[in-house]
Amino acid sequence: MSTLFDVKHNPRKAYTSFAILGIALIAFPFIASNFGNSWVRIMDLALLYIMLALGLNIVVGMAGLLDLGYIAFYALGAYMTGLLASPQFASVLESFVNNYPAVGETLRWIVGEEAAQNGIHLSVWLIVPLGAALAAVFGALLGAPTLKLRGDYLAIVTLGFGEIIRIFMNNLNAPVNITNGPQGINMIDPIRIFGVSLAGEPGSRATVYFGEWGMPSVNAYYFLFLFLCAVIIFISIRLQHSRLGRAWIAIREDEIAAKAMGINTRNIKLLAFGMGASFGGVAGAMFASFQGFVSPESFSLTESIAVLAMVVLGGIGHIPGVVLGGVILAALPEVLRHVVEPVQRQLFGAVLVDAEVLRQLLYGLAMVVIMLYRPEGLWPSPKHEDRMDANAKKRLDEKEPTALAA
Amino acid sequence: MDTFIQQIINGLVLGSMYALVALGYTMVYGVLNLINFAHGDVLMIGAMVGITILKIVQSVAPDLPGIVKLGIAIIGAIPVCILVNVIIERVAYRRLRNAPRLAPLITAIGVSILLQTFAMMIWGRNPIPFPQVMPAEPFTIGGALISPTQVMLLVLATVAMLGLVLLVERTRMGRAMRATAENPRVAGLMGVDSNKVIVMTFAIGAALAAVAGVMWGANYASAQFAMGFVPGLKAFSAAVLGGIGNIYGAMVGGILLGIIESLGAGYIGDLTGGFLGSHYQDIFAFVVLIIVLTLRPSGIMGERVADRA
Repeated sequence: MSTLFDVKHNPRKAYTSFAILGIALIAFPFIASNFGNSWVRIMDLALLYIMLALGLNIVVGMAGLLDLGYIAFYALGAYMTGLLASPQFASVLESFVNNYPAVGETLRWIVGEEAAQNGIHLSVWLIVPLGAALAAVFGALLGAPTLKLRGDYLAIVTLGFGEIIRIFMNNLNAPVNITNGPQGINMIDPIRIFGVSLAGEPGSRATVYFGEWGMPSVNAYYFLFLFLCAVIIFISIRLQHSRLGRAWIAIREDEIAAKAMGINTRNIKLLAFGMGASFGGVAGAMFASFQGFVSPESFSLTESIAVLAMVVLGGIGHIPGVVLGGVILAALPEVLRHVVEPVQRQLFGAVLVDAEVLRQLLYGLAMVVIMLYRPEGLWPSPKHEDRMDANAKKRLDEKEPTALAA
Repeated sequence: MDTFIQQIINGLVLGSMYALVALGYTMVYGVLNLINFAHGDVLMIGAMVGITILKIVQSVAPDLPGIVKLGIAIIGAIPVCILVNVIIERVAYRRLRNAPRLAPLITAIGVSILLQTFAMMIWGRNPIPFPQVMPAEPFTIGGALISPTQVMLLVLATVAMLGLVLLVERTRMGRAMRATAENPRVAGLMGVDSNKVIVMTFAIGAALAAVAGVMWGANYASAQFAMGFVPGLKAFSAAVLGGIGNIYGAMVGGILLGIIESLGAGYIGDLTGGFLGSHYQDIFAFVVLIIVLTLRPSGIMGERVADRA
C-alpha cells in the first residue's frame, strides 16, 4: 500500500496511482449524481470532515497535543461567517441600539447605514482568511496558559473550551441578540467565486452555470471542497517536511530532548495549536456557506470526538492515513443508515440498534481498539522520522512488505 | 442576605458532589498520573442504576421510608460502578501503562463514548425522571431553604470523605496507596502489589462516584446518558483547583468550586448589568481552571511543582 504513493522510490507507479485517484475523484460527482444528489452531498460533508481531521492531525498527530474541543474552532469559523455574510448583523445592531445605545450607535457609525439595514455580506475571499485568523487567535489564547504544562491539562482545557463555546452560542441571544441562540443563524450567503454563486442563481433550481455549462450545486461545492482539501494536504505535507514540522515531531517524541536541541517548545507548540485551529476555522466557514444555516447543535462534543476518531483510526500523524480515516468514519454512518436498518428489519422485523447508536459505538470502539492493538492506525506512517543508520534502514525496508501484508 | 445564605447552601450541596467525583480523579491521577476521562460517565452509570433499583424497590416495598429506599439505591449502585470502573482499568488502561502519554488519554475518551452509548441503548435517549422518594418540604435555615435530599447528600458526603480519610491514613491498604502515589517503583520494591493498589484506587473512586451519581439524580430529579460529562469536567477542575493528586485538595477544591459557582451564578447578572445571566453558571469552573493553571498550576494544596515536561 505504501509503495503506491511513494514518489521518491517508485515514481512511475506513484504518478500512475495519483492520476487514477485524481480521475476517480473528478469523475465521482458526475457518476454519483445519476443516483441522486444525496450521495454527492454526503461526500461534500465527508470532505469537510477530512479538512477538520487534517487540521487536528497537525495538533494531535504532528505535535502530539491532545485537543478534545477541536470542533470549537469549526464553530468559530461557521459563526463568524454567519455574522459577516448574512442579514444577521442587522438584527445584532438593532438589539445593541435598543439595549446599549452608545455601543450600538458606535457600531452603526463604523459599519455604515447599508450594513445596518441588510447586515454585512463579505466575499469569500475575505471570509476564508478571517475565519482562519480568528480560529488561530482563539487557539493561541487557549493554548497559552496550558501549553507550558503537561499535555493532560491541555486535553481537559480544550474539552472545556468546546463546551463553553457551545454555551455562548446557545445563550448569546438575550439581552443582546448576537448568535440567535438555539435557533441559529439563517440565510447565510452561498459562496460566490468570480461572480458565480455556488448555490445557483435564484430560479435555476440549484444548478450552477459556468457560461453555457451547468452542474448541480452540490457538485460545484464538491469541487471547491476537493480543491481546498488538496490545498490543505499540500500545506500539511510541506509543513511535515519543514523545519517546523520536524520540530513538532521532535516535541512529540521527546519534549525534553527537543528542548535540549534548542527548540523553543512553547512557541512551537503554540504555533501547532494555532495552525491546526486555523484549518478548523476555514472548514467551519465553508460549512456555514454550504449549509446556509448554523446552529449550536452542529458543534457538540460528539463532533470533536468524531474528528479525533478519524485521526486515530487512520493513523496519527500520517496524512494519507488521516484522509482514509476521514473517508471511512464520515461516509460509514451514511452507509450504515442505508444498509443496517433494512438488514435488521429483514432479520428481526424491527430496528434494534439504530444507525446513530452504531455510529457512536464505532467511534468509541475505533479509539479503544486502535490504541490497544494498533496504535499507529490503519495506515501507519513509514517511520521516516526515526533516526537510524543506513544499515538499520535497509533492514527495515526488507521487513516492510511482510509487515504490511500481514 | 437571604440570597447569600441560599447561594452558600446551594454551593455546599453542589460542591460536596463535585468533591466526591473529584476524589476519584485525584486518586487515580495520584497513583497512575492519568486522567480517567470516563469517570464522569461512572457517575452517570451510578445515577441510572440508582433509578432502576429505586423503581424496583418502589414496586416491591412501597411502604419503606424514602431515606431507606434511597439508601438501598446507593448501596445497589456502588458495586455496579465499582465493577464498571475496574473493568475500564483492566481493558483500557492496564495495557497502556508504559505507552506514550497520548494513548491512554485517547482510550479514556473512547471508553467514555462507549459507556454513554451503552447507557443510551439500555436506558434510552431521553432524560428519565428520578422517582421522588424523599419528602419535598424543605427546611428553613436563616431564611434559606434546604431540601431533605440535600441534607442527606451533605451527611453522606461527609461520612464518605471521613471514611476515605480513615482508610487512606489508618489502614495498611491506605499506606500502600500513599506509597505507590509517592513513588511506584520504590513501593513495589517494598512489597506493595501495585496492580492491587491501582484496582483498589479505581474501586474507591467508583464507589464515591456512585454516591455522587445517585444523589445528583435525586437532587436534580432526572438523569440522562450524557449527564456525566459536565460534572466530570467540573470535578476535574475542582481537583486541579485543590491540587491534583491530593485527596484533601480534592475535597477543598470541590466545595470551593461549588460555592464559587453558585455565588457566581447568583450575582453574575448584577455584576455585568444584565448582559450575562445565570445560564452562564457552567463557565465558572472553566474560568477557575484557566486561572489556576496560569497562576498556580499545583493548586491550593498540591505540594508537587507541576511537571513541566
